[in-house]
Amino acid sequence: MQLHLPARRELVCQQVVELVTDYLEGALRPAARRRFERHLAGCEHCTEYLIQIKATIAVAGRITPEDLTAEMRAEFTELFRRWRDEDNDD
Amino acid sequence: MTARHPGRPPAYPDPDAHLLALLRAGDEQAFVLLVRRYRPSMLRLAAAYVPSRAVAEEVVQDAWLGFLRGLNRFEGRSSVRTWLFRILVNRARSARSKELRSTAVADLSATVDAARFDASGGWASPPQCWTDLVDDRLVAQQMADAVAVAMGDLPDRQRAVVTLRDVEGLSSQEVCSVLEITEANQRVLLHRGRSRLRQLLESQFGGA
Repeated sequence: MQLHLPARRELVCQQVVELVTDYLEGALRPAARRRFERHLAGCEHCTEYLIQIKATIAVAGRITPEDLTAEMRAEFTELFRRWRDEDNDD
Repeated sequence: MTARHPGRPPAYPDPDAHLLALLRAGDEQAFVLLVRRYRPSMLRLAAAYVPSRAVAEEVVQDAWLGFLRGLNRFEGRSSVRTWLFRILVNRARSARSKELRSTAVADLSATVDAARFDASGGWASPPQCWTDLVDDRLVAQQMADAVAVAMGDLPDRQRAVVTLRDVEGLSSQEVCSVLEITEANQRVLLHRGRSRLRQLLESQFGGA
């Protein structure tokens, strides 16, 4: 009977997806980390899920700011000059 | 994860060190560059605290002025951008229309639709592939644009954390120090935000 009742149950996919961030942040304890990795080793879908989360992070890192409009550029240049002038008053 | 302590210089070279030197020399072009670089993230962050885009714009303006006025006192104990975001959050917080910290992180519901799993918790509807598409520069740009838009729909605190961590690349310690939240809260918010963005990318680009 003991064979069917392991001391620590294996993780299921639905639990694994909720642990992905803790895993990537290095916040899992060693035993939990091993269970997580053991599941991944045998589960292509969860492996794919982890790959997608990493890709999502990479995509977010590619968000590039748009150019400032001429109006905004002028506004911030004005702000800078105002500061520079007040700085000189000190 | 590498342990970095708030108050110590960052372990990596500050990408804005050069601009900082130019700013101190009075170079307004350097200032415009810095504004262009950080304004979108500042707006996303400010929007987490204040009720309207107009107020967020004001807070951002105000933060830049605070940044300039503090230039001579800045000692480089954090990166320029961490310092800048900290000023922004302080200004936004004193605008005090919403209180980011007051809501507890109580929502521990699933981040992936339960309908995608079978009764035993295994995938019934597994993730549709899309990550190969990032090799195509044009598609990668569309994805980044889609994520930028979707960031606006994230709950405030998730948006704040994902902006700082994943868009700006701050460390978890830096994010905790800027937003004054615990590491555990930061992880929960990051997890929920990233999960949503992944789902969006899968929905829009998956299974092609």
